[in-house]
Amino acid sequence: MNEAPARKAARTVASGEKTTTDAAAIVAAAPMAAFRADFDRQPEAPDWVRALRERGMARFQALGFPTMKNEDWHFTSVAPIAERVFRAASVSASGVSSEGSTAGMVANADLERFTFAQPKWHRLVFVNGEFAADLSSFAGLGDSVRVSSLARAIRSGTGRPERHLGKIAAFDQHSFTALNTAFIRDGAFIEIQPEAVLTEPIHLVFVSEGHGESVSHPRNLVVAARHSRATVIESYVSIRDSIYFTNAVTEISLGEGAHLDHYKVQRESESAFHVGTIQVRQARNSELRSFSFAVGGALARTNIYTSLDGEASTCTLNGLYLADGKQHIDNQTSIEHIAPNCPSHEVYKGVLDGRSHGVFNGKVYVHPEAQKTDGKQSNNNLLLSPSARVDTKPQLEIFADDVKCTHGATVGRLDDMAMFYLNSRGIGADRARVLLTYAFAADVLETIELEPLKKQLEEMVLARFAGPT
Amino acid sequence: MLEINDLHAGIGDKAILRGITLRVNPGEVHAVMGPNGSGKSTLAQVLAGHPAYQVTKGTVTYNGQNLLELDAEVRAQNGIFLAFQYPVEIPGVSIAYFLRSAYNEIRKAKGMEEVDPLEFLDLVEEKLKLVDMDQALLSRSVNQGFSGGEKKRNEIFQMAVLSPRLAILDETDSGLDIDALRIVAEGVNKLRTPENATIIVTHYQRLLNYIVPDFVHVLSGGRIVKSGGKELALELEERGYDWLQGAGAAA
Repeated sequence: MNEAPARKAARTVASGEKTTTDAAAIVAAAPMAAFRADFDRQPEAPDWVRALRERGMARFQALGFPTMKNEDWHFTSVAPIAERVFRAASVSASGVSSEGSTAGMVANADLERFTFAQPKWHRLVFVNGEFAADLSSFAGLGDSVRVSSLARAIRSGTGRPERHLGKIAAFDQHSFTALNTAFIRDGAFIEIQPEAVLTEPIHLVFVSEGHGESVSHPRNLVVAARHSRATVIESYVSIRDSIYFTNAVTEISLGEGAHLDHYKVQRESESAFHVGTIQVRQARNSELRSFSFAVGGALARTNIYTSLDGEASTCTLNGLYLADGKQHIDNQTSIEHIAPNCPSHEVYKGVLDGRSHGVFNGKVYVHPEAQKTDGKQSNNNLLLSPSARVDTKPQLEIFADDVKCTHGATVGRLDDMAMFYLNSRGIGADRARVLLTYAFAADVLETIELEPLKKQLEEMVLARFAGPT
Repeated sequence: MLEINDLHAGIGDKAILRGITLRVNPGEVHAVMGPNGSGKSTLAQVLAGHPAYQVTKGTVTYNGQNLLELDAEVRAQNGIFLAFQYPVEIPGVSIAYFLRSAYNEIRKAKGMEEVDPLEFLDLVEEKLKLVDMDQALLSRSVNQGFSGGEKKRNEIFQMAVLSPRLAILDETDSGLDIDALRIVAEGVNKLRTPENATIIVTHYQRLLNYIVPDFVHVLSGGRIVKSGGKELALELEERGYDWLQGAGAAA
C-alpha cells in the first residue's frame, strides 16, 4: 500500500492524562426532558441499583454530551445523537413483556442471518435492550457457568451483580457510560466458575426492532473466575433500516489466569447510532483476545478499554472497520499497563469508501510500575474514494523506563502498480479492486480464532467489497 | 502477429518512444536491446497496456486488432503476457488464488468453463517443475518476501500457466545468478512453439546465450537504430552501445 501523508497525529507525551470537561456541553432541553422523563418512569429496583442510576444520571447531566473539544471526541461530532429526542425503547415501542416474551415482534427467522448458522452456540437475545427468553437458548451450559439476564439477577440478587456493576466501567468522565448507568436495567450477566472451560461460545445478540426513534442501554457483566476459559460474542443488529440509538456498556472482570476471547460484531442499521463501551480489568496472568468488527451505523463509536492490573496479563485488541456512503465509524481503544511484564498487541484496519469517515484512536498508557511492558500497535487504513476520510491517532504515553513499545499508522490508496499487475494477467479493474481490497482486510480477519465466525465475516467482507452483482 | 508502426509514446509531456517500427511473426524470438533510458521498458509496458503511458502517434496491430484501444486485461485475455522487470508484491493474495483468477478470467473471455481449485492444482503441477518451484510457494502471498530470483521464476511460472501467444520479457535476466538464469531460460525455451512469439527486452547479451533470438534490435533515444541477427548481440557485448548512439540522434 502506498503511504500517503495522513491526517495523523502521533504523540509520545509525558504528562498526566487530562480529560477536558467542556462546560458548554449542555444537553439540549428537549432531549434532556425525554431522558429525565424516561429515567423517572423506570420500574422499581433494589436500592443499590436506584443509587447507581441516580449517580449515572447526575453525572450525565453534569457532563452533557461530549463536544469535539473533548480530546476523546476530537474527530467525531455526536451532534446527530445529542440533538435528537430518543425515547426509551421499552417505553415507546417494545412489546417485550416482563416475562421476556417478544410478543411476535421478532421471530427466530429474523435472526438467522445474524447467528452464523451455529445452533450449538449458546445464545441470549435482547430485543430493544430487553431479554427475550423465547429467542434465547443456553440450557446446555451446565453448572460451570451461570448465565442470566441482568434484569433477573437484579430482581433475585443471584450472583450479586452489585459486586462488579458500575465498578469496572468508569463514568465520571464518560458521558455515554454515565447515561447507560442511569438506565441500567437489562443485558447479559455471565459468571464463569473457577477453572471452567466453555467449549461453545456464548453469543449475545442485541436486536433493534426499530419502531420510532428509540434508545436502548444494554448493560452486560462478564465475570470470569480464575483459570476459566470462554468465548463471548456481542452482536448488534437490526431487522430493518431505521433510526434508533444503541448505547451499550459491557463490564468484564478477568480473574487470575482467566482467558477470554471477546468478539464484537457491530452490524447496526445504516441509519442508526451506536455507542458501545467494553471495559475490562485483568488480573495476573489473564489473557484477553478482543476482535471488533464494525460495518453498521450512520454514526458508530466503539470503545474498548482494558486495564492490565496484574503482572504478566496480556491483551490482543484487533479490529476491522468498513464504512461507505456517509457512515462515520469511530474506534477508540485504551490499554492501561499498570503491572510489569505485560505484552499488548493491537492491529486495527479500516477500509473507507464513498464519503465515509473513519476514526481510530489507540491509547497505550504505561504506568511507572509497568516495567518490561511490550506493546505493539498498528492502524492501517485504505481509502477507496477521494471523498473518504480517516483520522488516526495512535497515542503512546510512557512513564516507565524499561519498556518496548512501538506504534504506527498508515493511510493509503489502492496500489496502481498492483492494479496494473493484476490487469496484465487478465483480471479486470473491478475484480482487481475487490481482490486487493479484500487482501488488505484479510490478514486482520485471519487473527480470528473462532473458525465459523472468521469464515462468515470473511464472506461478508468479500460480498460487501464485490458490491451488488 | 504484431505490427508496430511509427509508435510514439511517453508519460505526461515526456516523449520516450519516438517512432518504433517492428514486425513480429509467429514462432519468432526478438531481442530488444539498448542502454538504460533508451525506452526498452516503456515499449514493453505500452504493449502490455500500462495506463500511465500515452501513445501520441503510430499504430500497433495485434492479430488484425488495434491493440491500443484494448485495456490491459483484454490484451492479456487475447494472449499477451508481460513478465515484469519488477514483479509487484501483493500481500494477502496467494499465488494460487491470484493465478487461478487470472486463468479463469482468460478462459471466461474465450467462452470456456472455469476450473475449480483442485483441477487447477493438477494443471499447475507440471508447470512448477518447469521453473523448479516448490508447490508450497502457491499458498504464499504473491511475490511477498521473495528473493529476486524467486520473483523472476514466478513470472515465468505464470507465463507457463497462462500460455500466452505473445510473451514480452522485460529485463527478466536482471538480478539473476547463473543458475536462476539457466532455469528461467530453459523455462522460456520449453514454452516456444511455432505459434507463439517472444520479445525479450534486455540490457545484456548473456540471456541470449540461452535463448537464441531470431532478430536483435537496438533501441536508442526511443528509436530502433539497428536491427540484425543473433550475431548483433555478440557485437554489442564486445563494443558496448556507444558506437550506435550517434545513429539514434541522426535518424
